Amino acid sequence: MIPLNWYLILGAVLFVIGVLGFFLKRNIIALLLSVEIMLNAVNLTFVAFSSQRGQISGQVFVFFVLVVAAAEAAVGLALVIAMYRNRETLNVDRSNLLKW
Amino acid sequence: MIEILFFFFAALAVGAAINVLVQKHVLYSALSLIVMLTAMSALFILLQADFLAVIQVIVYAGAIMVLFVFVIMLLNLPEDEDGADRLRWLKFLGIPLGLFLLFLAVVTLWNVERPEVVEAQISGTPELIGRSLFTDYLLPFEATSLLILIALMGAVVFAKKDL
Repeated sequence: MIPLNWYLILGAVLFVIGVLGFFLKRNIIALLLSVEIMLNAVNLTFVAFSSQRGQISGQVFVFFVLVVAAAEAAVGLALVIAMYRNRETLNVDRSNLLKW
Repeated sequence: MIEILFFFFAALAVGAAINVLVQKHVLYSALSLIVMLTAMSALFILLQADFLAVIQVIVYAGAIMVLFVFVIMLLNLPEDEDGADRLRWLKFLGIPLGLFLLFLAVVTLWNVERPEVVEAQISGTPELIGRSLFTDYLLPFEATSLLILIALMGAVVFAKKDL
């Protein structure tokens, strides 16, 4: 039996990698991929606690996270296509019309 | 034995996640993320969440990532151009700050109050999950369908030609 702490730390490591990717990468699709990494880290934590406590609710919540991830990917990628069509670039630093 | 499996798949997941950040071309990042998702599904099996492991491969690695790869290939992107110059020094600041965030997260997780360990192991079979989904979580489940419908319409509107 693997201790719960190992899973929690693995989840934390993956989440931090996702955060780093979100702030360091400049390609908007890479930002969406980083969000997927973070969501997966949270999923792992949910499942680890569900297994530890012997309750199924944690695994049901992973489903909802999955649905939100799918919706986010669909809308996000549609936005990416619209952005590329208008600005011919995916660099988030170059779409700065709303920046002061 | 099970510890070896855990370490193997944990190392695979972390390595693939780091590779997502390191790769210059976003297509390779997406392919590396698929490796990470598969490793996560193996970890779900180690946690006896069998159904979630299957769903992880079918929905995440199968459907969502295919959508990503499809869009990347549709746009036919060049390699990553580097960001504006004024942001370059931020990269060297980002990694220590990320390690600091990791340190904080680990310290918090270490000191958090643990739930009591329940000996009765559950395995996440489709039957158990479906029963819970259609009794206790029926309302969130129906709300989910509305969310997907709205996302679908939003994606169609955004991808229209004359936005």
